[in-house]
Amino acid sequence: MNLRWDEFIITGDPLILGAQISIVLASIAIVGGLTYFKKWRWLWTEWITSVDHKRLGIMYILAALLMLFRGGVDALLMRTQLAAPNMELLNSQHYNEIFTTHGTIMIIFMAMPFLIGLINVVVPLQIGARDVAFPFLNNLSFWTFFVGAMLFNISFVIGGSPSAGWTSYMPLATNELSPGPGQNYYLLGLQIAGIGTLMTGINFIVTIFKMRTKGMTLFRMPMFTWTSLITMVIIVFAFPVLTVSLALMTFDRLFGTAFFTLHDGGMPMLWANLFWIWGHPEVYIVILPAFGIFSEIITTFARKTLFGYKAMIASVVLISVLSFLVWVHHFFTMGSGALVNSFFSITTMAIAIPTGVKIFNWLFTLYKGRIRFTVPMLWALAFIPNFVVGGVTGVMLAMAAADYQYHNTYFLVSHFHYVLIAGTVFACFAGLVFWYPKMFGHKLNERIGRWSFWIFVIGFNVCFFPQYFLGLDGMPRRVNTYLPEEGWFSLNALSTVGAFMMGIGFMIFAYNIYYSFRHSKRETSGDCWGTGRTLEWATSSAVPPFYNFAVLPEVKSIDAYWKTKEDGIETQQKKDYKKIHMPNNSALGFLMSVCLGIAGFGLVFHWYWIGLVGGILTLLCMTYRSFQEDDGYYVPVEKIQETEQKASAK
Amino acid sequence: MAHEVMNENEPLEYQSETGRLNILGFWIFLGAEIALFSTLFATYFVLINRTAGEIMPGELFELKLVLIMTFLLLTSSFTCGLAVHELRNRNTKATIAWLIVTVLLGMGFVGFEIYEFAHYAHEGATLSTSAFWSSFFVLLGTHGLHVSIGICWIIMIMIQIKRRGLTPKTSSKVFISSLYWHFLDVVWIFIFTGVYLLGMVK
Ligand code: HEM
Ligand SMILES: [Cu+2]
Repeated sequence: MNLRWDEFIITGDPLILGAQISIVLASIAIVGGLTYFKKWRWLWTEWITSVDHKRLGIMYILAALLMLFRGGVDALLMRTQLAAPNMELLNSQHYNEIFTTHGTIMIIFMAMPFLIGLINVVVPLQIGARDVAFPFLNNLSFWTFFVGAMLFNISFVIGGSPSAGWTSYMPLATNELSPGPGQNYYLLGLQIAGIGTLMTGINFIVTIFKMRTKGMTLFRMPMFTWTSLITMVIIVFAFPVLTVSLALMTFDRLFGTAFFTLHDGGMPMLWANLFWIWGHPEVYIVILPAFGIFSEIITTFARKTLFGYKAMIASVVLISVLSFLVWVHHFFTMGSGALVNSFFSITTMAIAIPTGVKIFNWLFTLYKGRIRFTVPMLWALAFIPNFVVGGVTGVMLAMAAADYQYHNTYFLVSHFHYVLIAGTVFACFAGLVFWYPKMFGHKLNERIGRWSFWIFVIGFNVCFFPQYFLGLDGMPRRVNTYLPEEGWFSLNALSTVGAFMMGIGFMIFAYNIYYSFRHSKRETSGDCWGTGRTLEWATSSAVPPFYNFAVLPEVKSIDAYWKTKEDGIETQQKKDYKKIHMPNNSALGFLMSVCLGIAGFGLVFHWYWIGLVGGILTLLCMTYRSFQEDDGYYVPVEKIQETEQKASAK
Repeated sequence: MAHEVMNENEPLEYQSETGRLNILGFWIFLGAEIALFSTLFATYFVLINRTAGEIMPGELFELKLVLIMTFLLLTSSFTCGLAVHELRNRNTKATIAWLIVTVLLGMGFVGFEIYEFAHYAHEGATLSTSAFWSSFFVLLGTHGLHVSIGICWIIMIMIQIKRRGLTPKTSSKVFISSLYWHFLDVVWIFIFTGVYLLGMVK
């Protein structure tokens, strides 16, 4: 690909220029700050090369918050453009690029990593494990995700963003209709990140099956661990489909194959099918862990055991199976025929049944509970009605015949935001606030937290509820402007106000992190909410020691930690320490991902020799790893004693 | 990461905790590989008639060549099994010897595949000829790439056995690579029937 310099670095757009300047300034500030405070070494040894699941989890969450910011700015730009008829902030091409990056980033680089981050921090603690089954792989997974995300993100300053929607329908995404490197960024960024996700899936399945502490049978596992397990199973079966689909499209664009083209026998509908065979389960990958988080929070603050624990598990399993059988509901209108549409219509509606079971179980758990309205609990309570709105409109969309009316209108946009925001984003916030003291040793301020909660949730409804009516009024999605005659002005303006309220809510949330870091009381007990039920609360706070438990706990029932408190047993026996085996840090995961990123970058621009060099370097890293004799090390008893004393003295 | 607890009654590859975890992890990885190949097969069958008026598979497929390839790969799976058998006997030399045979047979297979692809290209069937040939080359190519990676991997493992002997760690590597190798054999059987036999009938 021969590019002129000004096509390589995007110039001429004031918005992008602003972003470029701020990127350069932020980079200078970060590099300068690290150098000034002499923190490079700390960054490298404590974080970048760390194989500790808690630290990796925190890095996932930080990256996801960053992506939420980026995706949120995209959203606000779109909403500003749509606030009034005939706006001229974004032209159609720019608007296309922004809804594409917004959708992709929110789902792949925000929602999923946020949840994987929480899973990383919490699940090994909940099952009483020292670490995950493959700590090195865990580090590698994080870095491939991060490099993939960065590769996708630089597209808008180097070479141009993808603009074919996060679904990248063919033939829209072919070379003819989407020329330039944008679509290649999408393909390679997702591919590299996807590898990491698949490895995370394998890692946590083995971890949950094999690393549980004594007495932690499958039916004593906390709900969050259960939903994570099922999520990981979905990942293992769904992500290879994405890998293949992306590879096939990459081949179409780079090497002239004819899978999805309009000529040489290619079949664009094949893309739609493959994409959604992965894409629909993906929706459950970001909703099931959220269900788990709400279950933990509701039981903790209603101070009751989860109602219908086994029914909950059964419904999660059922949802995961059904999730693979409904993909066609994303294109009822693309001519699959009545019989096919009916089948997928019915399977789709069937998902409402196990989901309904879960909703009622949460309500029954709340019933007669001694509820404490903490900030995480507020998010969890707000989830229920808002998610139901999203679910009910989902059933409306699931009726194939009716979908011809709603399809590709704002009705749909509103539906999936109700589900994704009320489900996933509320859960991410709730989970972060809930486990924050476990990670950082202090709570987030409750008063500021309430402000951000109310502004965000009210803003959310102000933003998206009007969109149902816009959709029924016939406003299509993915349009960058409309005419005054169409009468969509007032509802759109209202919606934009709501979007900005959500933005403010998020900023207050971010401010709370800073404020609480400065002013919150440091936490001394591990069980900082006082009503913790599961094993993560049995460890000391502020990032429990790298080995998690000095003495592995023994579990006798569901809600293991609650039980020990009720029985008045001291959880961590102080004396009898034994040396602990732990894995070594490794720089290889980071290096390997960087090499993959180089390869991806080369391929984006058809610079095959860079691609080749990156690929070979990656293989060399793998070879090196294979030969490495990395058996970990033992933590001596004295070191454990010292660490534990420090943790309890705080 | 787990304790290195040894258990003398188990086969060598299962004796260390890491070995056991790796083996289970690899089984799950194979589950993902099944999903991957299923997607490729599905693509192939969806596009099977989409030759865009260009060369048909029946015109190029040659039974003899495919039979030789099948024979090479099936035999290599057998010798790989023998290597694991010798592993259980803790016989380092024989293990390596059978692994070498396996690798050589695998190389033969890859050699024939390269010849086959070059031949088809010569006759005018390439990646970009039609949707059918795209899916053919990608499906077969993915399998062939897997075999090639397997070859490099087993060679690396042999070097490690040579250096360190049969420890729980190296044995679990041998065992895992053998699972991988057998898996590729099974995939090939599907390719043989689904792609070649079907293609020749057409
Ligand atoms: C601040 C909150 C948000 C606002 C104001 C917002 C707004 C929007 C807007 C205006 C669109 C474009 C609709 C169109 O033109 O068709 C859109 C699309 C989309 N949004 Fe959001 N969004 C928000 C949060 C999220 C979150 C949290 C997620 C996912 C977890 C998400 C996922 C998507 C997806 C998948 C699309 C479709 C993109 C496409 O059409 O290719 N959004 N959003
Ligand atoms: Cu769906």
